[in-house]
Amino acid sequence: MHPAFSVIFLTTLLGAGQGLYLAMVTGQLYAVARFLPVQEDQFYAIGSLVALVLLIAGLVASFFHLGRPERAWRAAAMWRTSWLSREVIVLPIVMALVFAYAVAHWMEWTTPLFQLGAALQVDSTLLLGLLGTLASLALFVCTAMIYAGVKFLQEWHTPLTVSNFIFLGAASGFMLAAAYSAYIGNPLVTFFGTWAVILTLAGLASRLAHLSRNAHLKHKSTVQTAIGVRHRVLFQKAQGATGGSFNTREFFHGQSQAVVDTVRYLYLILVFPIPMLLIGAAYVTESQSLPIAAFFAQFIGLLAERWSFFAEARHPQNLYYQSVA
Amino acid sequence: MTQLALVIDLNVCVGCHACVTSCKEWNTSGWAGPMVDQNPYDGSPTGTFFNRVQTFEVGTFPNTETVHFPKSCLHCEEPPCVPVCPTGASYKRPDNGIVLVDYDKCIGCKYCSWACPYGAREVDEQQKVMKKCTLCIDRITDAKLSERDRKPACVLACPTSARLFGDVHDADSEVSVAIRERGGYQLMPEWGTKPANHYLPRQKIRIHIDQDELTRVDNPLRREDLTDYTGEETLDDVAW
Amino acid sequence: MQDPVSHSDSTVGRVEVKETTCYMCACRCGIRVHLRDGEVRYIDGNPNHPLNKGVICAKGSSGIMKQYSPGRITQPLRRKAGAERGESAFEVISWDEAFGMLTERLARLRAEDPKKFALFTGRDQMQALTGMFAKQFGTPNYAAHGGFCSVNMAAGLIYTIGGSFWEFGGPDLERAKLFVMIGTAEDHHSNPLKIAISEFKRRGGRFISINPIRTGYSAIADEWVPIKPGTDGALILAITHEILSKGLYDREFLVQYTNAAELVVDDESRADHGLFYRAEMHVEEGCFDPQNKLWWDRDIDGPISTHTPGADPRLMGSYTLPDGTPVKPSFQLLKERVEQYTPEWAAPITGIPAETIRRLAHEMGVTARDQKIELPIKWTDCWDNEHESVTGNPVAFHAMRGLAAHSNGFQTIRSLGILMTVLGTIDRPGGFRHKAPYPRPIPPCPKPPHGPEAVQPNTPLDGLPLGWPAKPEDLFVDADGEAVRIDKAFSWEYPLSVHGLMHNVITNAWRGDPYPIDTLLLFMANMAWNSTMNTVEVRKMLVDKHPNGDYKIPFLVVCDTFASETVAFADLVLPDTTYLERHDALSMLDRPISEFDGPVDAVRIPVLPPKGECKPFQDVLIELGSRLKLPAFVKADGSRKYRDYPDFIVNYETSPGSGIGFLAGWRGKSGDQVLKGEPNPRQWEMYAQNGCFYHHELPRNYQYMRNWNKGYLHWARAHGMIRYAEPITLHLYSEVLQKFRLAAQGKWPGRQPPDRLRQRVETYFDPLPFHYDPLETQLTDTRRYPLNALTQRPMAMYHSWDSQNAWLRQIHSHNYLFLSPSVGIANGFGDGDWIWVESPHGRVRCMCRFSEAVEPGTVWTWNAIGKAAGAWGLGASADEARKGFLLNHLIAEELPAHDAGDHLSNSDPVTGQAAWFDVRVRVYKADPSEPEVTSPQFTPMPRLPGQDRKRGKWQAYMAGVFGKK
Repeated sequence: MHPAFSVIFLTTLLGAGQGLYLAMVTGQLYAVARFLPVQEDQFYAIGSLVALVLLIAGLVASFFHLGRPERAWRAAAMWRTSWLSREVIVLPIVMALVFAYAVAHWMEWTTPLFQLGAALQVDSTLLLGLLGTLASLALFVCTAMIYAGVKFLQEWHTPLTVSNFIFLGAASGFMLAAAYSAYIGNPLVTFFGTWAVILTLAGLASRLAHLSRNAHLKHKSTVQTAIGVRHRVLFQKAQGATGGSFNTREFFHGQSQAVVDTVRYLYLILVFPIPMLLIGAAYVTESQSLPIAAFFAQFIGLLAERWSFFAEARHPQNLYYQSVA
Repeated sequence: MTQLALVIDLNVCVGCHACVTSCKEWNTSGWAGPMVDQNPYDGSPTGTFFNRVQTFEVGTFPNTETVHFPKSCLHCEEPPCVPVCPTGASYKRPDNGIVLVDYDKCIGCKYCSWACPYGAREVDEQQKVMKKCTLCIDRITDAKLSERDRKPACVLACPTSARLFGDVHDADSEVSVAIRERGGYQLMPEWGTKPANHYLPRQKIRIHIDQDELTRVDNPLRREDLTDYTGEETLDDVAW
Repeated sequence: MQDPVSHSDSTVGRVEVKETTCYMCACRCGIRVHLRDGEVRYIDGNPNHPLNKGVICAKGSSGIMKQYSPGRITQPLRRKAGAERGESAFEVISWDEAFGMLTERLARLRAEDPKKFALFTGRDQMQALTGMFAKQFGTPNYAAHGGFCSVNMAAGLIYTIGGSFWEFGGPDLERAKLFVMIGTAEDHHSNPLKIAISEFKRRGGRFISINPIRTGYSAIADEWVPIKPGTDGALILAITHEILSKGLYDREFLVQYTNAAELVVDDESRADHGLFYRAEMHVEEGCFDPQNKLWWDRDIDGPISTHTPGADPRLMGSYTLPDGTPVKPSFQLLKERVEQYTPEWAAPITGIPAETIRRLAHEMGVTARDQKIELPIKWTDCWDNEHESVTGNPVAFHAMRGLAAHSNGFQTIRSLGILMTVLGTIDRPGGFRHKAPYPRPIPPCPKPPHGPEAVQPNTPLDGLPLGWPAKPEDLFVDADGEAVRIDKAFSWEYPLSVHGLMHNVITNAWRGDPYPIDTLLLFMANMAWNSTMNTVEVRKMLVDKHPNGDYKIPFLVVCDTFASETVAFADLVLPDTTYLERHDALSMLDRPISEFDGPVDAVRIPVLPPKGECKPFQDVLIELGSRLKLPAFVKADGSRKYRDYPDFIVNYETSPGSGIGFLAGWRGKSGDQVLKGEPNPRQWEMYAQNGCFYHHELPRNYQYMRNWNKGYLHWARAHGMIRYAEPITLHLYSEVLQKFRLAAQGKWPGRQPPDRLRQRVETYFDPLPFHYDPLETQLTDTRRYPLNALTQRPMAMYHSWDSQNAWLRQIHSHNYLFLSPSVGIANGFGDGDWIWVESPHGRVRCMCRFSEAVEPGTVWTWNAIGKAAGAWGLGASADEARKGFLLNHLIAEELPAHDAGDHLSNSDPVTGQAAWFDVRVRVYKADPSEPEVTSPQFTPMPRLPGQDRKRGKWQAYMAGVFGKK
């Protein structure tokens, strides 16, 4: 597939935004559970607003993918069948909840609304946080299922696509939370950093499993099934257009195998070991800047990862577009 | 339910591209038009076509077959491109099974093209909406056209009549008979998309000649059974 | 979006439907042009048309893009004073100025020496008018493109069976059981052949294709027999050998309808050696085969007049006539000739296993013999024998340029004609069938002028610019036996060059050999690009000057619809119209669109007004003819005779009162006559009302065996199609060729060739078919250049001017050199690499593509896709210029100097057919440091005045709104 930058930024920015938001809610939950010191409401508010900005940036990126963005509102219509439609519905809900969460913190609407059990005072921030978490997880699933749901793209058509999106998005968000904490000199760096490392490791496991699966993938379609001629030696000579077509532009990355390999190694390094090393180093040195570096390294790595995600997917339609003559 | 479709006879397709340009010509000024061209007079000219003819080579020299392979939307009975469309712009008509795109609803997300294993959809790069074969629905349903002309442009154009058009759900239709009798098949059956369009395979005609057939009693050589005596020695000269 | 079911196209805009005839290629199908608000909305096939029966090809449907192409020229242009040729620096002039210039110049030439004016046209099918114009002007220097197209096919078969493929005849696939196609992938008769082949296959016929490359029609053949280029003759002769030795020939057919049983003088010492023994009897003089020949009768064991009732002639043996003349039936000579051509002999030459050759022969012979067709049609032959039925042997052939475009093509095609004849398949059901006006006498009656005296100032040419020589006296040579025409046609160099040698005109004119000319008028001929051999050098010749600064070819006029590469070299450019903007007549006098069942001709009637100042070339000729006061174009008082071309078409008669004109249909005052009749003032209307064609279906008993069908021949004579209702006996043995050979041997009492050409004429004018290596192969180091290089045109562009077409060029915007993977491996390059392809005459850099569908000793590419930068309205960076290429750069227009001459054309020594496919090449990888563009490249041609401005990035064609944007 052709890696479209709009979609690369859409999925990575949404992932980081959702991750950051999840980190904020997680931080609050830990604080409620007294495992962490309670933070100022502003901390959660600003964190969530940053998450919102990332979500908005992702949304803006998505518009570049649409031929007719002015009609984007129509995309909510087919939620019964289309994961894309579901994403289009869930994304504004997530954004609204993130915004509400931020506003609730900002406005310090922390008067308990009711009490659960002996000690859990449920206020609007907690309620919104929990709702937002559910919505965010749903958004992860919707986004990932847009890709995992296309059965023709066998490289994508696996639950690993969903787990990758969740773990890698969450990892980058927690990494950003660590960076945010480090930036404002907040003690939660270690907490977020640890979670970020855990999520990165989960992401690594998931992504390696995905790579391994794809390396052994047997494609269902062959040029033989594509044109229905049973012969071992069967090659396309002409595709009926020498100047290219939508089919050659949308479904091919147009790069050499060397480039694809390089990008893979690049993201395997940038997404996984480097941020973990940087966070580890930050533990030791208590550096304020290393977590920030860790986030940026991972995010850049994720852009490469997403590029690779597209590039490695071989669409069966490509069997019809092998040769120009 | 009616399911209109094309049945393409690879046994007679000579790869002339008549279907390609007649389609372009009809549809660019028709209901589904325009079909935009990019760089029409410059480098890498490209444009929207609903139908392309490709060429494949089968086997190795000298046992090579050249297969010309026309490909357009197959109007699947289970069209994977339709449910993924977020806006409902892609739809399958209940009355005749044709898969269409409503350009007014299309947001140009291209997701349907990802969900088509056949590469049958092409985005209009200027108008930014998805376009595809309509089976010339604006011809085949136009009561103002004569019965003969109420067929897709590609079918009417095809000089070898390699393109049959009809209802594959009607067991007695020309297309159903051809599929049945000629071993019509679907592309990429592994996906369960149930393409309505079918392809008819190559068939070889061979002649077997028995040695006995080479010489017959009326062989004309027998009428030229001449030898000339030029004075050479024969048994007449030596035996008695 | 509106529900498509409620949409009707007929309600959008103002709709008109007009019928005319397509000319996107030379096939000429009937079309319906649908207009919306005056713009072309849709072009489809006319369902009632006999040729295409409603279908249309890729080119036909793309006619819209021709009409609205930015490559069109729209104004008469004159090269700017001071500008050099080839720079495309033009200024717009009026038609009046253009006609003024031309009239003044041509009138002067006509008064001084008419042959200083040469008119060559890329397209035929307009020759009735262009040829007549040349004759009226008085110049012999006229031809169409047949010489570099397929004249070998026309001549080879017409000199053998009195008809040929394409317009003149074709395979009867409706009744054939076996169809053998040789050297054809796509053809002139494009849609009809596609229709016929597909129906043939559906009926279960077996289709064999013999071709070095498997493309086009060959793709759907039941069997592909790959053959080395230029060796088809060897294959055909080996098949003939097998058929003769197994007795699989149609003896009865050979006896009755061919010269197989006729006795040939067989005594090398005699001056009439190799001629038919002519009995002493009164014969009428005429251009037909007099029947004063003899058979050797089996029963009386002696000579007898041919076709004596009850006679049973021998086909084999050698005999001595009572007067002592040793004779042999010509079939015996053929048998002796093909004895050496065994399948084992042909196998290494052709690359086809001997077993396969034998099997092909058996399939042909047994199918012809055992699947005989008998139709209950009574007919009468020329000898008054009544036949209860028409019979046929269902083996059909088709062949075209693969055989024709070699310098051994004439003999190869004669071999094919002979094979078709021994199988008994000529004008019979299931075999080859003629199309009116064929069959014609062997050879047809028209003759070229006989000497320089035929060209006189201010006088029409004495003779026809093109004709059919039957003997040395028919050649167009001077007292020294040297050429009179600029292209040296009908000289001893190429005696039977019945379509001329357009491919040598520029070189000869540049060299002044045989003489310099003044004005060259080219119509629709891209002689500075893909229509010429040796393109790079020819482009230099066009701009070459004498030391005094004058161009060697002083005045070049180009009439074209598009800004082609050749236009850049013009001194005067005349903008032609498209086929949708003009009247045309596809005339019985030229190359009509007849069917097997009878004559068909067709017209074009304008659908749209001409763009800008475009003017149909025919109107240009009528205007010029009138201004020059050429006799046919003016009345006795010198005043203009014809208002315009449509007026000319209706009222012109070949001679006053002849009743024969350009159109055969609806003649006579009231339109009730066929082929012959008084001019009908309403003829155009009648064509318009009838789909723009006229189809005269012959009675069934005139549809077959026409060479010998008394009824048909008399009908044809009565309708002016033929001069004599005499049988047209098939020339298994060619006495015509023998006459030229005797002249070369010094045995002919009349004209003889110059000494340097004696051996050449003696060798190649063999009355019996033979195979020889193409001339270029004979003169090339084939170890250094081991590969044959071929070109063909893709179906979507076959025979068309529309490789610039916005839609068609998306299918093929550039080309590759296709070759066997083994060639790539042997030369160290891979699929898709940039390579050099080099012949002894030049080299070209291009991209290659591996293919298993090509004979490994052959490389090939699609022709006429490569363009010079900026030509044809395309951008300078168009794929056609950057990635496309021509093979023409590698093909010389002349052979290397050798015994027969220093400047002989690279052509068939009999017909002058351009030997495009003889070129030998080698291939090697381009250096990685070289630019990834094809070589050679040319300075981009600028946009011409009057040409549409450069189109933008987008084109969204929608009829009715396109032109208004």
